[in-house]
Amino acid sequence: MLDTQPEGYVTADGRKIGGVLMEMKNITLRFGGVVAIKDISFDIREGEIRAIIGPNGAGKSSMLNVISGFYHPQEGEVWYKGERRPRMRPYEVARQGIARTFQNIALFEGMSVLDNIMTGRLNHMSAGFFKQALWWGPAAKEEAENREKVEKIIDFLEIQHIRKTPVRRLPYGLKKRVELARALSAEPSILLLDEPMAGMNVEEKEDMSRFILDVNDEFGSTIVLIEHDMGVVMDLSDRVVVMDYGKKIGDGSPGEVRNNEEVIKAYLGVSHD
Amino acid sequence: MSTTATDAALQSVPALLARNVERYGKATAYREKEFGIWQSWTWSEVAEEVRALAMGFLALGMARGDYVAIIGRNRPSLYWSMVAAQSVGAIPVPLYQDAAAEEMAYVLEHCGARFVVCGDQEQVDKVLEVQETVKCIEELMYLDKRGMRKYDHTHMNWLMDVQAEGRAGHQRFEAELEKRTAELTYDHTCVMLYTSGTTGKPKGVVLSNRNIIETSRASAEFDGLRQSDEILAYLPMAWVGDFIFAIGQAYWAGFCVNCPESDKTMMTDLREIGPTYFFAPPRIFETMLTQVMIRMEDASKLKLRLFKNYMEHARKVGPAILDGKEVSAADRAKYALGNLLVYGPLKNTLGLSRIRVAYTAGEAIGPEIFDFFRSLGINLKQLYGQTEASVFITQQPDGEVRSDTVGVPSPGVEVKIAENGEVFYRSPGVFVSYYKNPESTASTKDEEGWVATGDAGFFEEGTGHLRIIDRAKDVGKMADGSLFAPKYVENKLKFYPNILEAVVFGNGRDRCVAFINIDLSAVGNWAERNNIAYSSYQELTGHPKVLAMIQDHVEETNASIAEDKMLSGCQVHRFLVLHKELDADDGELTRTRKVRRRIIEEKFADLIDALYSGKSEIYTETEVTYEDGRKGKITATLELRDAKVHRAAQKMAAE
Repeated sequence: MLDTQPEGYVTADGRKIGGVLMEMKNITLRFGGVVAIKDISFDIREGEIRAIIGPNGAGKSSMLNVISGFYHPQEGEVWYKGERRPRMRPYEVARQGIARTFQNIALFEGMSVLDNIMTGRLNHMSAGFFKQALWWGPAAKEEAENREKVEKIIDFLEIQHIRKTPVRRLPYGLKKRVELARALSAEPSILLLDEPMAGMNVEEKEDMSRFILDVNDEFGSTIVLIEHDMGVVMDLSDRVVVMDYGKKIGDGSPGEVRNNEEVIKAYLGVSHD
Repeated sequence: MSTTATDAALQSVPALLARNVERYGKATAYREKEFGIWQSWTWSEVAEEVRALAMGFLALGMARGDYVAIIGRNRPSLYWSMVAAQSVGAIPVPLYQDAAAEEMAYVLEHCGARFVVCGDQEQVDKVLEVQETVKCIEELMYLDKRGMRKYDHTHMNWLMDVQAEGRAGHQRFEAELEKRTAELTYDHTCVMLYTSGTTGKPKGVVLSNRNIIETSRASAEFDGLRQSDEILAYLPMAWVGDFIFAIGQAYWAGFCVNCPESDKTMMTDLREIGPTYFFAPPRIFETMLTQVMIRMEDASKLKLRLFKNYMEHARKVGPAILDGKEVSAADRAKYALGNLLVYGPLKNTLGLSRIRVAYTAGEAIGPEIFDFFRSLGINLKQLYGQTEASVFITQQPDGEVRSDTVGVPSPGVEVKIAENGEVFYRSPGVFVSYYKNPESTASTKDEEGWVATGDAGFFEEGTGHLRIIDRAKDVGKMADGSLFAPKYVENKLKFYPNILEAVVFGNGRDRCVAFINIDLSAVGNWAERNNIAYSSYQELTGHPKVLAMIQDHVEETNASIAEDKMLSGCQVHRFLVLHKELDADDGELTRTRKVRRRIIEEKFADLIDALYSGKSEIYTETEVTYEDGRKGKITATLELRDAKVHRAAQKMAAE
């Protein structure tokens, strides 16, 4: 099993997977009397694509919100880069290098694609309000540097043609890609994707899968993704956590998960087609 | 200016490059938008890049006479690869980047390419797939590093690494490179281009330095092209026109070649660059006009009135002003005001403000479209050309421009019309041969150098302008003996913005029938404005209102055909609207988007039979190919409609 390789390994297609980057230890999250997550533990390795799957209401998005620091679990610990993470606000977590996309697109609709992606660079800019407003000295230089980084991402995700288009005018699939671009522009060490392919057609899904793999390959980003489409999950991810009613019922490579009795019973067994 | 003596030494593209460094060293030669900013290279810088690349090619063992395939979108480095290959005595073979793997395999195998330069991962993947059967490919190079890290690099290199190696080894390669470049003469092959061909396998057209340079010189002089001109290189590199415009004429005249950021940004880039010399197939001009019209529909009432009023005036006097004919002072003043209020801003939006010379060719252009651009003061002209002629056969001189002719023979070109109406030409640009295909060479080019175009046409009396009717082999006879020219009818139909493509059948039959492809953007917009809901292309094509609209178009076309005595037998009696767009991936169109009649005829035989049998609807299944090569099926029930034909004229034709 993977746990016997603490220093990481190399996948069949030649990607290097490192040691443990983040570890969730016995997380329990309650909303009043409702238990959303019950005593869940798993780890995320550097450079891997880690999927969280499960039926509706299994607690996947809650789990993602725990990772991003939006929810604070009542019990359990989050360990990040070998240290226990204290209770933090989401922006502090973001500064630590965790970026995310949302299930329901959360872009600034009235702003251009470029400006939206530039907001992802906020944590990398330090010039004060007045300097930025006056476009003076270091502020101008800083913006140019950050713009260059953003342009590279625009090039990478092939959205040059909509650079100056207001987000409101874009179709759904492109909005999702812009959101990915914004998250990427933060140069995160962990990228959280909440249902990146929800509501997409086959072609858009294929494009998005390609981009996720390319991002992982080119930038070496660790990716945690939640997804409903089993085909996508099984093809993309290195390891999968399966949740059902707030509990973890499976964890391992896609192949292992697919053959896990409990997983089949809870999730895969009730295939629609 | 240098003397003719030095011009005589300019017998290759690398020699022209050296001359440009001397003459225009600091002028901008190439521009490409990357990461949102236009990067530029001067002629001196280009020469250095090409030299380094050529030495890198030597390091990889490129020999004289090797074939180097170039696959990718228009990018400076790929153009430089072609010139670098020429510098070491090799022959560049640009390929269509969107060609399916099997088409690519055929061409790579046929020319025996030892080296392949790819734009990005997508093309590398295709070549790797091809390599399983085609064994001649030895070294692969690619330009865009993205996604390439994990590939086996034993016989693969990043183009920049090849250049770096060339620079590092300059002591070793310099002498050899200079020797090989100096050897090049007018008789060496400049480039080999594969014609997409409306029938059969592609043929490799061998064009010598003489063909390319003589043609470029003559055509550049014809239109007074100069060093300060700018073009946008966005058409496929495998197409002869792109080679002539972006390499031949650009190196001859020394003007600047601009490469767009990606294929999707072409229109924005066009606007930013504002080229002075521009070529586009009719389709592009059509799209521009459709865009303008669609956007004007949404404009405020005042703007719409201004637009309509001044466009009407422009249509009346614009072309005359452009041709330098006599126009009254009042009309001139109104035109000038219109230029300030409407034409100028409109041209600026389209990126056509600075155009001195614009050409269109390849297909017939609708008179309304042509006149629209001419009336704005854009010097849009037509030319008639072929790969085998290094493009130019005829072109329109300034001041003699009309939408229904293709102009007078280009300088240095002789044209004659054969008994059966087929057009023949002879010129310094006439190709050397078809590669490894002496039979085709012999059947196309006779011993005196006359080349058959395969097009039927005639010289107009009085003006000496050539008019093309149709492909010679497509011109046939109806059952009653009258002339059948499908292209003539199809072009008339296609001039309607709602009709994207039309295919007319009727050779040897008693009447004509037609397939129609609707234009999704125009019809979709119309549907939106008329509150017609549809969920797919197929559903839209079957909508009764769409069918009624197309029927109107067909009947109007019939009326106008009926006026032409020779061709009135070609009126469309019945038609249907196809449930799928004709597509090059399915083999129905060529890569340059020309209709492949025979293939369509075979593939949709059931539909043609139904049209002639008088049925009112038919169920059909069609195989389609997706972009990744997988196949699928679509099914549909199509409605077949009758169109009114004009009987009086038909009688006249029957006599």
